[in-house]
Amino acid sequence: MSSTTDASAARAQIAARTLRTDRWWLPPLATFIAFTAWVAYATVRSFMQEYYYVAEYNYLTPFYSPCVSVGCVPEASHLGQFLPDVWWLPYAAVSLPFLLLFRLTCYYYRKAYYRAFWLSPPACAVAEPHAKYTGETRFPLIMQNLHRYFFYIATAIALLNTYDAILSFTKADGSFGLGLGNIILVVNVVFLWGYSLSCHSCRSIIGGRLNHFSKHPVRYKLWGFVSRLNTKHMQYAWITLATLAFTDFYVMAVSAGWISDLRIVG
Amino acid sequence: MSHDQHFRVWRGDSDKGELVDYPVLVNEGEVVLDIIHRLQQTEAQDLAVRWNCKAGKCGSCSVEINGRPRLACMTRMSTFEEDEVITVTPLRTFPVIRDLVTDVSFNYTKAREIPSFAPPEGVEPGEYRMAQVDVERSQEFRKCIECYLCQNTCHVVRDHEENKENFAGPRYLMRIAELDMHPLDAADRKEAAQEEHGLGYCNITKCCTEVCPEHIKITDNALIPLKERVVDRKYDPLVWLGSKIGIGRKSTKG
Repeated sequence: MSSTTDASAARAQIAARTLRTDRWWLPPLATFIAFTAWVAYATVRSFMQEYYYVAEYNYLTPFYSPCVSVGCVPEASHLGQFLPDVWWLPYAAVSLPFLLLFRLTCYYYRKAYYRAFWLSPPACAVAEPHAKYTGETRFPLIMQNLHRYFFYIATAIALLNTYDAILSFTKADGSFGLGLGNIILVVNVVFLWGYSLSCHSCRSIIGGRLNHFSKHPVRYKLWGFVSRLNTKHMQYAWITLATLAFTDFYVMAVSAGWISDLRIVG
Repeated sequence: MSHDQHFRVWRGDSDKGELVDYPVLVNEGEVVLDIIHRLQQTEAQDLAVRWNCKAGKCGSCSVEINGRPRLACMTRMSTFEEDEVITVTPLRTFPVIRDLVTDVSFNYTKAREIPSFAPPEGVEPGEYRMAQVDVERSQEFRKCIECYLCQNTCHVVRDHEENKENFAGPRYLMRIAELDMHPLDAADRKEAAQEEHGLGYCNITKCCTEVCPEHIKITDNALIPLKERVVDRKYDPLVWLGSKIGIGRKSTKG
């Protein structure tokens, strides 16, 4: 157990683990449920290997971008097909692990899962259940310091998602089309950029690492912009979970024929 | 408007102690420190409490109110229900001296471990020239009143006494960040932040930011930027490669 009431250290002897009277357990519980549900959905979808592409309108779900397995529908494969078609390999196996690592090492998600899953601590001034704590000083958690590399890769993938969204305005016959699916894909991409650019690593790379803003006026301006976005990083983290799942579900529903796409043009 | 409220105040010393119940009068507009003072004037004249300015600027009256680290002088009674039991205890991370007073010398020790501002060689006092835009960012950190609520709530030392030796705590990691961002500070603080002051222990769960009475964004503006600066130095292969082949700076004091 933790040493919040450490008699040998002459701390005040208070038996209770916390004296908080508010519902401090609610936010970590909500985070736990939401993350677990999302990861379950994303895992099922990543390995499903169908209903990821609407050929007629060129809609490709972000969970299958880039589609690089030989099992992919050829029209959905912008970057070629070089991975074997086996059940245990997601069609987007070149992007999904990095997107997962980008979010796993994200400063906001770290806070959220350290609290909700590892209870370290479950909430402020609530004793954690662990006897020892070394934080991010040792392997494996010292690897959290690699966040910026996953940021670089995630930015490249966001570019790819943007390309997918733009491409979806061209229908299978080459003519222009606009439907609800396009709007959903574009909204998802806009929020993905919001999440990527508001990243703490991005903020540091853009200008936070400088000590003389006065010598770098352009980077200082960009740093100010990213800093404003950064205050909303948590919101973007949650919104993008929702838009990713919703976008994927919509493409699946149209692809499977459960619903038909609401068309505005064409 | 006045009413009676049920207070439970921790009474004791480093050997033993207990929560003692007090019914006490509360008047409109009062804060928790007013009630503690009323207890001193009435039922508990030997109650020990540290306080000074009563304006949230001296950082003396840090206690835990219903389990949350707060300044007693800035916690309004109107934020509680009239029938709510208000529990007031000393800070749980530091050794208790008596009642609500703790020994916060851990923080002074940690403060002394950080080398002070180091101007570049050849620049004498009186010759410091800085652009406002360069010092603006760290001025946020100068708002700190050293109430030690962040040091108290940080689970790294609150729940693990043994980490006190290796961890400076959010207040002093923020001090290192402030100096590292300083346009005229020539010392290299990144390596020491990680190796000597325990930056790696911080798992950015943001409790320091949550309790800060000055609303300093300790985690977002000091600790995470400092972690990123350490990454620049220690974990960035591009920076390492750049410095090996002679392009880019070895230091990030740009």
